[in-house]
Amino acid sequence: MKKVLIVDDDMDYLFQMKMKVEKLGFEVITAEGQYEAEHVLETFKPDLAIFDLMMENEDSGFILSYKMKRRYPDVPIIIATAVTAETGMSFDVHSEEERKWIKADLYMDKGIRADQLQREINKLLKI
Amino acid sequence: MEIIKIMVVDDEPGIRSGVSRVLRDFTVSYPFMDEACKFEIIEAPTGEDAIEMVNQNLPDIMLLDNKLPGIQGIEVLEYVSKNHLDILVVMITSYASLEVAVKATKNGAFDFIPKPFTPQELRSSIETITKQVYFRRMTKKLNTAGKQIRFQFLSVLSHELKAPLNAIEGYLNMIEEKQFGDNVEDYKQIVDRSLDRVKGMRSLIMDLLDLTKIESGSTNRDVKELNIIDVAQLSLDSMKPFAIQNDVFIYLNNHQEIIMKADAREMEIVFNNLISNAIKYNRKDGRVDISIKPKDNFVVIIVSDSGIGMSEDDMSKLFNEFVRIKNQKTKNISGSGLGLSIVKKIVDTYEGDITVTSVPDKGTTFTVTLPLNH
Repeated sequence: MKKVLIVDDDMDYLFQMKMKVEKLGFEVITAEGQYEAEHVLETFKPDLAIFDLMMENEDSGFILSYKMKRRYPDVPIIIATAVTAETGMSFDVHSEEERKWIKADLYMDKGIRADQLQREINKLLKI
Repeated sequence: MEIIKIMVVDDEPGIRSGVSRVLRDFTVSYPFMDEACKFEIIEAPTGEDAIEMVNQNLPDIMLLDNKLPGIQGIEVLEYVSKNHLDILVVMITSYASLEVAVKATKNGAFDFIPKPFTPQELRSSIETITKQVYFRRMTKKLNTAGKQIRFQFLSVLSHELKAPLNAIEGYLNMIEEKQFGDNVEDYKQIVDRSLDRVKGMRSLIMDLLDLTKIESGSTNRDVKELNIIDVAQLSLDSMKPFAIQNDVFIYLNNHQEIIMKADAREMEIVFNNLISNAIKYNRKDGRVDISIKPKDNFVVIIVSDSGIGMSEDDMSKLFNEFVRIKNQKTKNISGSGLGLSIVKKIVDTYEGDITVTSVPDKGTTFTVTLPLNH
């Protein structure tokens, strides 16, 4: 069974995501913040990771992505956040230049539906 | 008086003391300035010293000789520009090297003072630069006080408001889809979590209302003589159930009347926030000690707890809006992240002072000093 690491500091969102992703047939490991996730990643390599953006710091998700890509360059990362809708700030990881500093493979809105989520995960895992 | 800090980096003691002497009693004032500027001189004999001192005591202006015994002036300038330090650098140079001048300008040197210079030349250079420093300070103040802060506040606020809504919506969807089957009992946990989030959101909205009241200024304020001990007692009484729930004991250590001029509602907000924090971040069977004493023309309010404490780093961010100290020990404690920023705002309107000391796993002490006759 493929393993998905989900990191979010909102324990309710974390619980709901865990259920959603488990239903899609994955094993889910969770961490409640950037530092806990860094600790987990020292000994554990997931097949895919889903990070929240704003945790301990406003850019925790980016930092975590950066660190994880250094350790496991082949593991796809999804950044899940509600930031765009709230601030009007938009970042996506389509252009080459953005890819350089946002070390994530996909940016996803937090309100994503289960079927969309499944499509995106399958695409990233080439299932 | 606005104080402008000038660092003189020169290996010749004569130049350093000369600059100090010339600028010691010198003041600069322009019609557009609210206050005249005067100068504080910091002396650095080498470039290495300058770099070290810059990190402890950031000057506004740096008078920088290029010929130094160790690293050259131009390297100090590179350091300043690389680290984006907000310093106007003025190179002191004998016109010898065009190359140095070009390189210096490229690295953001603001001006040159040819060496040797007369006291008058130095003063007139400093006068021009001071105007620049003053403008920069004003712009910075306007920016920080204004739009940027507002935008950040609103975006974080909407995040804080949306997060509980998302959580509740998620749970409602799970109930609607009957994800745990037909037995109502099996939904207890997620219903409880939803109710918790509703509660959190309500307290955030209450805090926001407090904040709006304070920010809207004096219109609704009712400043009159009151006994601050009464306000503390009132707040303590209202916090008692919460304390009992958390197995924490509150002690008010003195009961002698202290009369001060203040808005009772604002004082209550201060006490409510400090006491509820002291309860929340405490341990089982912990205590909260409140001491209120007059000192000269001030009242000193000390609220200390026997709780989980916090690190130096956490303390420095504590009074900012939406700052919540997040770690293993605090993860089950809810809060809006606005309480202490509200307390700070109130204390500021009284021209008072709030400080914090803390030892991890031992406890935290907040000290609020307010004038008796504001």
